[in-house]
Amino acid sequence: MARERAAADEPQAQGTEAQPVFSTQSGVPIQERYGPEALQGWDPARQLGEAGSFPYTRGPYPTMYRSRLWTHRQVVGLGTAQETNERNKYVIEHGQTGLSNDYDVPTLIGLDSDDERARGEVGRSGVAIDTLRDMYDVFDGIDLENISVSMTINHPAFILVAQYIAAAQQRGFRLDRLAGTVQNDPLKDFYAQKTYRFSPRPSVRLAADLIEHCAQHMPRWNGISLNGYNIREAGSTADQELAFTFAHAIAYIEELLGRGLPIDSFVSRFSFIFNVHNDFLEEIAKLRAARRMWARLLTERFGARPESVKLRMHVQTGGSTMTYQQPEVNLIRGALQSMAGALGGVQSMAVSCFDEAYSIPSQRAQRLSLRTQQVVGFESGVTKVVDPFAGSYYVESLTDETERRADEWLARVDEQGGAIAAVENGWFERVISDTAHRQHLEVASGERVIVGVNSFEESEESEIETFRVGPGSEAAQLERLKEVRATRDDREVQRLLDVVQETAAAGKNLMPAVIDAVSAYATQGEITDRVLAVDGEYVAPAIY
Amino acid sequence: MIRVLLAKPGIDGHDVGVKIVARALRDAGMEVIYTGLRTTIPDVARTAIQEDVDAIGISNLSAQNVTMMSQLQELLIELGGDDILLVTGGSLLPEDIRALNDMGIEGVFPPGTANEDFITFIRQHVRTREGTEA
Repeated sequence: MARERAAADEPQAQGTEAQPVFSTQSGVPIQERYGPEALQGWDPARQLGEAGSFPYTRGPYPTMYRSRLWTHRQVVGLGTAQETNERNKYVIEHGQTGLSNDYDVPTLIGLDSDDERARGEVGRSGVAIDTLRDMYDVFDGIDLENISVSMTINHPAFILVAQYIAAAQQRGFRLDRLAGTVQNDPLKDFYAQKTYRFSPRPSVRLAADLIEHCAQHMPRWNGISLNGYNIREAGSTADQELAFTFAHAIAYIEELLGRGLPIDSFVSRFSFIFNVHNDFLEEIAKLRAARRMWARLLTERFGARPESVKLRMHVQTGGSTMTYQQPEVNLIRGALQSMAGALGGVQSMAVSCFDEAYSIPSQRAQRLSLRTQQVVGFESGVTKVVDPFAGSYYVESLTDETERRADEWLARVDEQGGAIAAVENGWFERVISDTAHRQHLEVASGERVIVGVNSFEESEESEIETFRVGPGSEAAQLERLKEVRATRDDREVQRLLDVVQETAAAGKNLMPAVIDAVSAYATQGEITDRVLAVDGEYVAPAIY
Repeated sequence: MIRVLLAKPGIDGHDVGVKIVARALRDAGMEVIYTGLRTTIPDVARTAIQEDVDAIGISNLSAQNVTMMSQLQELLIELGGDDILLVTGGSLLPEDIRALNDMGIEGVFPPGTANEDFITFIRQHVRTREGTEA
């Protein structure tokens, strides 16, 4: 603590001791300066290439933001379907170019709003979706053929996308014109977000059902968005974030190849979401390394064609970096992280809201996050040139080193027997838990400075306006669900649920049966229960 | 040795914080029992009595701390565990912190709390309650 006091009280004393440890946030040692010797043996043709060409280090498209800026996709999701619909329309009105919806915890784990376990959580941290009616209302009045939609759902993803398909068809949209992304990456839930329900192996099969269905019927829809974001939020380093995300991808790819699908028939629709954390240059390097690593991995391990191996990514700035202390300072963190995302060449972005450590965002906080990425996108000038850091001695070295470290972690996952085995034996959980602990100790000891938390504290905290979903929202949702249950044809619902269960037991692709069931207003909880009846519910060990 | 039960009742899965607290308390020489995810307040209360703990820490990131802590207080009175020290942490709105203080729960720790703050709090309050020089 003594050191922070000195730094706070005597700024002139910082001098050479300003940062006691010279390494990146993920622990990569940093030399005093980088020159040509840092890139000895570095081959620009092999390591860099051109933007839009293998290995895509400089970006997936030749002209990048000169042709098209990234999609501004702030996350929305609260209360009932109508409340979320209003917020969706609000962000579109303010210049948002894609939608992204978050679901409440009961929806994330396949519980209906009227389930005992859902009490107090309905609509609290995302929108509650029980039936087709909710999904219909979330997008009511929104032109789904002209705005892309991202859905943050994993274990029950196959059910929610089935609802989305049914709702879009009811409104007369053509499936082949719908653009969007569903997260559908259940593996990370076992050790990061912890919204698991199905066991690891069945969950991979369900994810593959959805990817397969999208590949066949929805050419503009990404049936999976591999999620490094939550792995990072759970405490990983940047290189672990890449390695574990790709390890998951390998597990889904192997499942799909096992069904006889050729790699190039589906892998180009794999999308990614990564985090952008505090270490500005390391994050730029990470995003560049991600594209190169993916391109090499798909080519070398699976023999994919060069045009199938472009990594396209969404990033969200680090929610866990948003501090409770001096929350307005989070706007600055968001701006820097957003800038790193832009310099890293992303296709879509959300900036975490400055009130994130308190609650889900207020409308004002949401608007400021959108404005942040608009300032970076339209005013900063960094979008006018492709991959501005190409050839930088330091950033290229760090890109190489991040890739090297990520490759090492990936080899360790392989040693475990792959991602599914590493989930089952608790290896991922232990690695993440150890890394999170180590990073926390760095903050506790003051080795890593977090402004307002362990340095530059203020005794008088400014209170901000915070948002909370009203208690009326839960009651309204329960009422809506009751109405749907009362007006639907129960015998038909039961018959279609039986078909879902039989299909699951037979190990066939569940999507057609689930689309039929949701169209008859079967709830997502009912469908989840039928699948659990076949595969059993996952119970995680407490590892800490 | 001070025995602490850490729990994360409800269905929210964000457990990075509670696990870091578990390690910090263990490193500080306390005995820690962590219930894991998806437990309920009644289970927490029963476990606390069975394990004869000195303190219970509840982590919640869905802004349900007030509801959960008041349910826990009531159950502990019923079960004869009202001498157990209660602390809580997570995403807390300022009005929630005030409400918890009004309920007599002073150990309220928002994100970014330094380890020594909750460690010291638990040590001092458990000692006061036991009236010993532990």
